[in-house]
Amino acid sequence: MKELICIVCPRGCHLKVDEEREFAVTGNACARGQEYGRMELQNPVRVLTSIVEIKGAQGRCCPVKTDKPIPKKEIFRAMEALRGLTLQAPVMTGDVVYRDICGTGASWRATKDMS
Amino acid sequence: MRTEYDVVVVGGGPAGLAAACSAKEAGAKEVLVIERDKEAGGILNQCIHNGFGLHYFKEELTGPEYAGRFIKKAVELGVTILLDTMVLSVEGHKVTACNAQDGLLVFTGGAVVLAMGCRERTRGAVAIPGDRPAGILTAGTAQRYINMEGWMVGRRVVILGSGDIGLIMARRMTLEGAKVLACIELMPYCNGLNRNIVQCLEDYGIPLYLSHTITNVEGLHRVERITAAKVGPDRKPILGTELYFDCDTLLLSVGLIPENELTKEAGIPLDAVTKGAVVYENMETGRDGVFSCGNVVHVHDLVDFVTAESERAGAAAAAYAKGKSSQEGGKTIYIQGEDPVTYTVPQAIRMGHVTGQVEISFRVNRSFKDSEIQVRDKEKLLCRFSRSHMAPGEMEHITIPKVLLDRAVGEEIKVKAVEKEAKA
Repeated sequence: MKELICIVCPRGCHLKVDEEREFAVTGNACARGQEYGRMELQNPVRVLTSIVEIKGAQGRCCPVKTDKPIPKKEIFRAMEALRGLTLQAPVMTGDVVYRDICGTGASWRATKDMS
Repeated sequence: MRTEYDVVVVGGGPAGLAAACSAKEAGAKEVLVIERDKEAGGILNQCIHNGFGLHYFKEELTGPEYAGRFIKKAVELGVTILLDTMVLSVEGHKVTACNAQDGLLVFTGGAVVLAMGCRERTRGAVAIPGDRPAGILTAGTAQRYINMEGWMVGRRVVILGSGDIGLIMARRMTLEGAKVLACIELMPYCNGLNRNIVQCLEDYGIPLYLSHTITNVEGLHRVERITAAKVGPDRKPILGTELYFDCDTLLLSVGLIPENELTKEAGIPLDAVTKGAVVYENMETGRDGVFSCGNVVHVHDLVDFVTAESERAGAAAAAYAKGKSSQEGGKTIYIQGEDPVTYTVPQAIRMGHVTGQVEISFRVNRSFKDSEIQVRDKEKLLCRFSRSHMAPGEMEHITIPKVLLDRAVGEEIKVKAVEKEAKA
């Protein structure tokens, strides 16, 4: 039995996950907590956010996020993928900035309209 | 430029934008938002992490995405947003501002909404001993430098305080290649959300020292070394428990203060605990037709709750501007927070304004497991609410139906929390 704090929402439920009973989750308030508990012990994933340099816009940095949670072990390689990248304005929220991060199928996408 | 508006909103962050949008939706014709920054969205623009909007949009957004939705909505509704403009004073319903292009500007609003947000406590506010070298920043300043200006602020970092911004910055600086040596918290509990302890500290192996404080900062030009020590129950450092960190940067995440200079100068009554305006059920302040909402009233943990509160303020401001006087309030009931409840917002309810129910927000001063929130009129219990968990770092909300408030005999009700008795 492993105890976890759910990070799916700010409520922060205290979960118990039983590895010996097919990762059965208790203590969760919603279905997403169940999914989180099950995943966290087998393949923990996170949505990652960062910034990319942008030219021709009002600001110097364009905020970006991964459009899917990526495996925790790929986090630093996903950050590396953005290194040296420069965008040209205009960029719209949702535009793909970098496709298929380290073979995860997730992409870096802009999270702000920049012009 | 138009100078008369139905509703004038001071501040274009999440509170101001939500208030402006809901004022429009409630029928205000001309709504003006005055923002001092180059763009609307306020602090959300530098909060590039995700986790916003789960309550309001039922999905997880980043700060810029959350702000972007409200900016778009405000523009579509025809809200006028005046950027790069600083409000200098609010006198009655007259708002004086200035900017580089138009010089001095004077606006009048049928109603005014104060939504200036809050700012961070600094080194001066917490009195940290030691040298005064470069490399000591508030966590929010570091966040702005890194996320919006693209400047890295340090390589080896210690964070004082466990507020959410500090935890978020511990992760952010780690991702950008810095080494975060420690997060140090004076209290025996973390001030940030549980999820942030997990995904910002534990994920990256950053140690959290509870019941610790900083006892010395050393460095000639730049921070070189920080000394921390354990504190006793009296929160004073214990000799012999010192820890030393060789670092170049100290980030402070030691609390937020509502930014109420304008409110104070306007002579609007403030609450000594929240440091924000005293407000009624519809977020109207002690001044007729002047409303206040968001972090300038009391510091929130979640932007979703700022939005909900501000929508109430905006709708009420629109109604006031249309000529619905706040004088016809009927009986006023004052709400008193009783230990462990440190404050309530609103602080008073005008029963004549209540349709259906009243939402009350508050904080407690210590952690509770199985507990019960009780609302009393003198000694009579009006209603109670169960909570499996309460903590100082998490704002609580209760909704009281009007029918129960109608039963209050006196002019004061008390809100308190008690531990439930263990079941036999």
